[in-house]
Amino acid sequence: MEEIRIGVYICQCGLNIAGVVNVEEVAKYAGTLPNVVVSRHYRYMCSDPGQDLIKKDIQELGLNRVVVAACSPKMHEPTFRKAVEDGGLNPYLYEHANIREHCSWVHDDKKLATNKAKDLVRAAVRRVYYHEPLVIKEAPLNPNVLVVGGGIAGMQAALDIANGQHKVYLVEKDPSIGGHMMQLDRTFPTLDCSECILTPKMSDVGRHPFIELLAYSEVEEVSGSIGNFKVKVRKKARHIDESKCIGCNVCEEKCPWKTDSEFEMGLAKRKAVYIPFAQAVPHLAVVDPNLCAYIKSDGKKCGACIKFCEAQAITPETLLKQTDQIIEFDVGTIIIATGYDQFDPSVIPHYGYGKYDNVLTGLQFERMTCAAGPTGGKILLKDGREPESVAIVHCVGSRDQNYHEYCSRVCCMYGLKYAHLIKELAKADVYEFYIDMRCFGEGYEEFYKRLSEEGVNFIRGKVAKITDEALSDEEKGKLIVVGEDTLLGKIVRVPVDMVILCSALEARSDAENLAKIFNINRRADGFFLERHIKLDPVATPTDGIFIAGCCEGPRDIPDTVAQAEATAAKALSLISKGTITTEAAISYVDETICSGCGICEALCPFQAIELQPRDGKRVSHVNEVACKGCGACSAACPSGAIAMHHFTNEQILAQVEALFS
Amino acid sequence: MAKLKVALYWAASCGGCEIATLQIGEKILKLAEAADIVFWPVAVDVKYADVGKMPDKSIDACLFNGAIRTSENEHIAKLLRAKSKLMIAYGSCAYEGCIPGLANFYNRQMIFNRAYVETPSTDNPKKIYPQMRVKVPEGELEIPEFYDTVKTLAQTVDVDYFVPGCPPEEKSTWLALEALIEGKLPPKGTVISPSTKAVCDECPRKKEEKKIKKFYRPYEIIPEPEKCLLEQGLLCYGIATRGGCGALCPQANMPCTGCYGPVEGVIDQGAHFLSALSSIIDSNDPEEIQKIVNDIPDPAGTFYRYSLPASLLRRARIK
Ligand SMILES: Cc1cc2nc3c(=O)[nH]c(=O)nc-3n(C[C@H](O)[C@H](O)[C@H](O)COP(=O)(O)OP(=O)(O)OC[C@H]3O[C@@H](n4cnc5c(N)ncnc54)[C@H](O)[C@@H]3O)c2cc1C
Ligand code: SF4
Ligand code: SF4
Repeated sequence: MEEIRIGVYICQCGLNIAGVVNVEEVAKYAGTLPNVVVSRHYRYMCSDPGQDLIKKDIQELGLNRVVVAACSPKMHEPTFRKAVEDGGLNPYLYEHANIREHCSWVHDDKKLATNKAKDLVRAAVRRVYYHEPLVIKEAPLNPNVLVVGGGIAGMQAALDIANGQHKVYLVEKDPSIGGHMMQLDRTFPTLDCSECILTPKMSDVGRHPFIELLAYSEVEEVSGSIGNFKVKVRKKARHIDESKCIGCNVCEEKCPWKTDSEFEMGLAKRKAVYIPFAQAVPHLAVVDPNLCAYIKSDGKKCGACIKFCEAQAITPETLLKQTDQIIEFDVGTIIIATGYDQFDPSVIPHYGYGKYDNVLTGLQFERMTCAAGPTGGKILLKDGREPESVAIVHCVGSRDQNYHEYCSRVCCMYGLKYAHLIKELAKADVYEFYIDMRCFGEGYEEFYKRLSEEGVNFIRGKVAKITDEALSDEEKGKLIVVGEDTLLGKIVRVPVDMVILCSALEARSDAENLAKIFNINRRADGFFLERHIKLDPVATPTDGIFIAGCCEGPRDIPDTVAQAEATAAKALSLISKGTITTEAAISYVDETICSGCGICEALCPFQAIELQPRDGKRVSHVNEVACKGCGACSAACPSGAIAMHHFTNEQILAQVEALFS
Repeated sequence: MAKLKVALYWAASCGGCEIATLQIGEKILKLAEAADIVFWPVAVDVKYADVGKMPDKSIDACLFNGAIRTSENEHIAKLLRAKSKLMIAYGSCAYEGCIPGLANFYNRQMIFNRAYVETPSTDNPKKIYPQMRVKVPEGELEIPEFYDTVKTLAQTVDVDYFVPGCPPEEKSTWLALEALIEGKLPPKGTVISPSTKAVCDECPRKKEEKKIKKFYRPYEIIPEPEKCLLEQGLLCYGIATRGGCGALCPQANMPCTGCYGPVEGVIDQGAHFLSALSSIIDSNDPEEIQKIVNDIPDPAGTFYRYSLPASLLRRARIK
């Protein structure tokens, strides 16, 4: 065996490390360790001159192993592996010791911290002795992309990629794409009609030759990894013949069974067979099996739609026999754009949502002002009158320790938008209760300014309760909004006809399940976690999976679209490269030990393991492209037959022993 | 060629290994041809003192079965080590501690309490325990010390080879004897068994996907004859146990209990079985997982039935 020659470099990280750890002492100590040929400390090892030190030493001193003690390997292991490679060595002949996050940042006692840094360096030096060169391979990347969620984010991402002539599978759980933006009436701050700017995009998506739209579908299973994901989608039964339905809506007119319309937020009814809204894409009817009398009675009752559907798209067959379909396909990258849920304000009992007729949520109010909506665009009380006064309550469920601590970022702006619309459409008095007015976007502050001049009563303070208990004649028959006006420093009671609650945006109720399916993480607030909050905001810690729009946290449409475009750019850059570099620190099987028990096979989250026949028996085989090196198999193998490159027993035990010696 | 000199000894063990040596059947004639038995308390009348008089390294090989439970076991192990060129830990007790080693979940006091006071058939109101020394009119009597902890042979003296099994199967025994007779000795430290792989390798049962929703004890189900027992919820230790036995138990519808010890290269058999099992429990719900796991009877005794003293745990810490 060649002589092992190790170079050790201690980074000062400015004062981040050197402020607590005596780097000079650590470097001197490292120099006394077996096989260490050179040891240095330097101000910033990650800088070009720092990396050059390593390269020069490799060439001039014939180093064949390198250790850098610096920050987290998450941050700079790739940097130094690259430096080692540039110096002419295999990048895996490198070991990283973390003496910042694991040492200087968490300790005050300089002496003890210095000792700990020495321990960490000694362990890394002993480990690197056993490192072996590993080969990094390239594998092709499947250029197809999966986009999950057909709101504005998902549609924008899908269109960007499809316009580059790459195939996109767009999976939407609802019968139509559109998402929340389709429910909005006018959008702040320009007050342009949401529908008008959205529906052209929706039909582009529906017609695009490179987009395969799977509406009314959900992703059930994802396996594999970047470049080669296998996807299983459940396409729910619409109980109609999609190839025949022409979207004429006769079935809905004739169907006698009604329930609250999800799209109209319960302000109107829909039937058991329905098209969610006039511009739905795909423009197809869907049958609600829990409401349809024909389905529930197993064909004994009703059947009106069957008689009236001229296109014969609804038949006893489609109603009773049609089942969900499982569709499977492969993609190389995935964009998740599953949006948000509106916070349900009925969980705050003192706001009276669900108890008082004229307490509405934001989305309900959006439907009300929409010309195509249930009131034809009129702002009406439950009894049909126009309100004379309306209160708008900000931060319902947001910025509230009891519900969500975060700011929902759009409520101030849509609250202002409502104030304007109420003034314009109902000529009513408006009382706007806010905590802080957050108008940070382009044209937002100007919009606020404009509203301040429209005669809106702004009351700074949190609303304590909304009640119908009148204390005076003036309050009789009204909803009384009770709160503190913090600018005046007194409790106010404002009697109004209608209250609009600016409900928070919260993570989807199924976000946890989605996170499991896609193997991504969530933050404490429930939204999906980005890889780096500043420097990698649309990537996830799982390679090849990106997140766009409100599934990552509340945001307005401009930010959502910008993010969607960013995810498309990320996917397109991977596609244009066309290959992925496979992990080299993967598992391998010792066939002389493997008994073919099969424990490992079902366990691998990337389906990288297959039991293959060998002399009438079975042995485990690892697919080197699919293996991500997670180590699950190695930990579980009862025979110790699967080991991990770069995490061999020898390496780990050497490191542990050195740490405690 | 001069005949080999062989010793056999029985320390803390059940005696099954003594019988297992005879399992070699007519091959015993070959053995008799090649070797003289110079010490074998169960069959030959040679006293400890006689062994003491033998010159060092005058015995070619000692087949030592049983764990080290008492000072007597330790004394004879050291004596035989001194007198023998090769020391062979024969059978699971000597190799790993085996069933006697399960006593390491307790200490001497607890064991004495149980054996001499608590057992239902014992009547000992004065709580009299065995004493190492006792004065009787004739003088002082002495019995060996009962240790707190059971050790393996290799934790007591230097061991050259190991023959696994509780007891070792005939093939393994003969493999060791044949090597001796023919002088074709494997490298020191070898575990002598026809297989380096796990029992599954020899087991003819069909293996498919391992996912377990419920564990059963053997009396609770009649297993399907051709399907992997573990896949049927029986705690079959075959996946984590060295083969060489020919997978006898699973072929008789009984799950493997692990007597051949860890597979080549594995340090802690129980830990490997445990981590393999926990990885195939078919649930993500903590409560359900707990329920499934609760069906494992006597987990410590199940995972470390044969290997506690030789494992990384060695014994329970008793405060
Ligand atoms: C009352 C209110 C008023 C607003 N007004 C404005 C405004 O005026 N201007 C502005 O800029 N912003 C406004 N917003 C914010 C705006 O709604 C969002 O920025 C935008 O809708 C985010 O789009 P998205 O695609 O990320 O999410 P969504 O619109 O929520 O779309 C997500 C899509 O994914 C689908 N989906 C969810 N889960 C799955 C799954 N598991 N599988 C498949 N598909 C799934 C959903 O069905 C949906 O179609 C307002 C928000 C509210 C609540
Ligand atoms: S778990 Fe180990 S012994 Fe079992 S099949 Fe996989 S590699 Fe082979
Ligand atoms: S390390 Fe094992 S379990 Fe993990 S990806 Fe590779 S083969 Fe699969």
